[in-house]
Amino acid sequence: MSVSTDPLPISETRPTSADVHAPVDLLRFNTCGSVDDGKSTLIGRLLYDSKSLMEDQIEALERSADITGGGQINLANLTDGLRAEREQGITIDVAYRYFATPRRKFIIADTPGHVQYTRNMVTGASTANVSIVLVDARAGVIEQSRRHTAIASLLRIPHLVVAINKMDLVGWSEARFNEIRAEFESFLPRLDIKDVKFIPMSALNGDNVVTASPHTPWYPGPPLLGHLETVHIASDWNLNGFRLPVQWVNRPNNPRNEALHDFRGFSGQIAGGIVRVGQKVLALPAGITSTVKQIWTLDGPIEQACCPQSVTVVLEHDIDISRGSMIVGLDELPGAGTEIHAKVCWMHPRPLQRGKKYLLKHGSATVQAVVTEIEHRLNITNLEPEATPSELSLNDLGEIRIRTARPLFYDGYAANRLTGSFILIEQGTNATVAAGMLHPALELVKPEGTDYAI
Amino acid sequence: MSNYHLDHLQYLETEAIHIMREVAGEFERPALLFSGGKDSICLLRLAEKAFSPSEIPMPFLNVDTGHHFPELNEFRDRRAKQLGGKLIVRKVEDAIASGIALQAPGEISRNKLQIPTLLAAIEEFRFDCCIGGARRDEEKARAKERFFSFRDSFGQWDPKNQRPEIWNLYNGRLNPGENMRVFPLSNWTEMDVWEYIRREKLEVPTIYFSHKRLCVRRQGQWLPVNDIQPPKPNEQVKELVVRVRTIGDIISTGMVESPADNIDDIITEIAAARVTERGSRADDKASEAAMEDRKKAGYF
Ligand SMILES: Nc1nc2c(ncn2[C@@H]2O[C@H](COP(=O)(O)OP(=O)(O)O)[C@@H](O)[C@H]2O)c(=O)[nH]1
Repeated sequence: MSVSTDPLPISETRPTSADVHAPVDLLRFNTCGSVDDGKSTLIGRLLYDSKSLMEDQIEALERSADITGGGQINLANLTDGLRAEREQGITIDVAYRYFATPRRKFIIADTPGHVQYTRNMVTGASTANVSIVLVDARAGVIEQSRRHTAIASLLRIPHLVVAINKMDLVGWSEARFNEIRAEFESFLPRLDIKDVKFIPMSALNGDNVVTASPHTPWYPGPPLLGHLETVHIASDWNLNGFRLPVQWVNRPNNPRNEALHDFRGFSGQIAGGIVRVGQKVLALPAGITSTVKQIWTLDGPIEQACCPQSVTVVLEHDIDISRGSMIVGLDELPGAGTEIHAKVCWMHPRPLQRGKKYLLKHGSATVQAVVTEIEHRLNITNLEPEATPSELSLNDLGEIRIRTARPLFYDGYAANRLTGSFILIEQGTNATVAAGMLHPALELVKPEGTDYAI
Repeated sequence: MSNYHLDHLQYLETEAIHIMREVAGEFERPALLFSGGKDSICLLRLAEKAFSPSEIPMPFLNVDTGHHFPELNEFRDRRAKQLGGKLIVRKVEDAIASGIALQAPGEISRNKLQIPTLLAAIEEFRFDCCIGGARRDEEKARAKERFFSFRDSFGQWDPKNQRPEIWNLYNGRLNPGENMRVFPLSNWTEMDVWEYIRREKLEVPTIYFSHKRLCVRRQGQWLPVNDIQPPKPNEQVKELVVRVRTIGDIISTGMVESPADNIDDIITEIAAARVTERGSRADDKASEAAMEDRKKAGYF
């Protein structure tokens, strides 16, 4: 391994004090690839070349290089915590790493490969703006690459990067790059990914990771980091229909301030859309409309707030609202029902069986649920339905029907990742056993009951 | 918020507030760990924001090793009072006296003894959830820690028995005797913490700012000299201009030489820093696996 171990120069890439005065935004990404495609090396390279590593971390790398590596530092060792576990067969789903440049802060969800892969990747990718799929340029598109892409599409990750790695081992061949790209593009249309970027790189030598490579004059795009710094993520959150799952009812006990004596606010994280003072809203399950009277914050009332801000909303009318309720905008209503149709990723060694009861957590609501039907398993490389199984096992994707004890108010996952998702919890052990993505409801909520606002 | 887009601190803030409210919604007897250190100062502000205009609906808990910096305890007590919160302090000394914590012969550090003291406090008050200020960027073993970290009825952390965390859905369900540690700052870095302290204009204990202090050099770092940690006969005591980056107790907290006496200078210093903040903690240096071992035993 040919990384220089000279003291690092003070870099332009690391944020300086001047930079840290300017607000930046935050991008979350996950990396996936099969074992030995170079995931650990890539993450190590990103951290090293962006000067995000500190001296004590580099020293630790050097120490292990002297012991095992014949004096050459191995960037992959930066993530060896997970590696050791992987070798011992321990299930650790995701490790998170952090770095920053003057333009953005980054959170990497680093998922180890191997058997538990689907479950791990679903976990790591659920909050990602970008998924990076690594491909070994020698091997080209393999089944694993199709799987990772399929899962990214299933989870509706807004942006995909296909990192064609180890280009140094194929002589930096443009033809090879184009061949792999064409193969990818042949199955992409069947999946649902809006934005895909192909980057030729060598994680080992640092080509097109942080700095542009001299070996790829035929590649006009930015290196990986440049792409991550500039990809447009402002519209990754849903800003259409207002949704506020109520987490906590805010009623001051003995307010020092007289004006707060009758304060009754509903606290939650906005899961979709924008809320404004004066806006008409519908409280569910009460089914009663009201108007937003105030949006309270510690720093004083504000006029409007958007997803994913955490707010406390006060309404004009006294409506029965508690944890698990949802306040929604009237312009775009959510679906409602007790018969639910969803895709799930099964995450537990004990398989899903038809007829079994679980707890379903959706937003801030937890309800009893029974799985009424396993419609089919989904082929993990193309998401096509497969023969109807009697159960779903760990790492299976499937299409199921669920009946809930109380109506759920929700959106299709494609429209809203927050109000369109749920987890299943096994009763008794309390294990989280599945991640679910909802199909849109057949019927929308109908505002009924006493309508104070009219 | 500009054009309906949050910047990184606003994102980290809303994530942490969401988690605090989940705790208030799902647990019966939560507590918030407050030491007076920079991370827990952020936690308190986030709790104020999460529950305002109500008071923070949980008591503050601190385990006092007896080796705390006096500036820290003074700040802790004052801040808790300002917020009108109930502060519970449990002392390692008392745990040693009552036999709950056993001191190994020759061991002066009280780091390990925090564990039984904390577990005893959890039992005493029947807390089912403790919110702590740990961050994943602090140390390799923390990189895989969950927001909701499940502890069995012995208070132990089992890396194999953690729950997957998907989207923003957290599973806080417990059986009797089990409890949860929750870390709302999991995704924050040291830099984020200081930037947040600056943005929110939060007061921090004076030891974070540069001051004159008598120190001795041990194992490659400057340790403060005082009654608890007197100099050894052959050691040379030096007066230096120092500050702390991370606060453990007096015995293990390395002082860094620094002229930074305000938040802006601290941020500048961290932006240029060449070592991680834990690089100044003697307790972590002991072994690479040190943190991992302490965590399994119930440490944060
Ligand atoms: N020649 C070459 N080797 C690479 C490249 N990236 C990674 N490797 C090597 O491939 C092997 C596996 O890499 P690693 O990062 O451990 O893969 P992981 O299992 O995906 O984390 C190691 O020996 C790396 O040095 C590359 O771009 N070029």
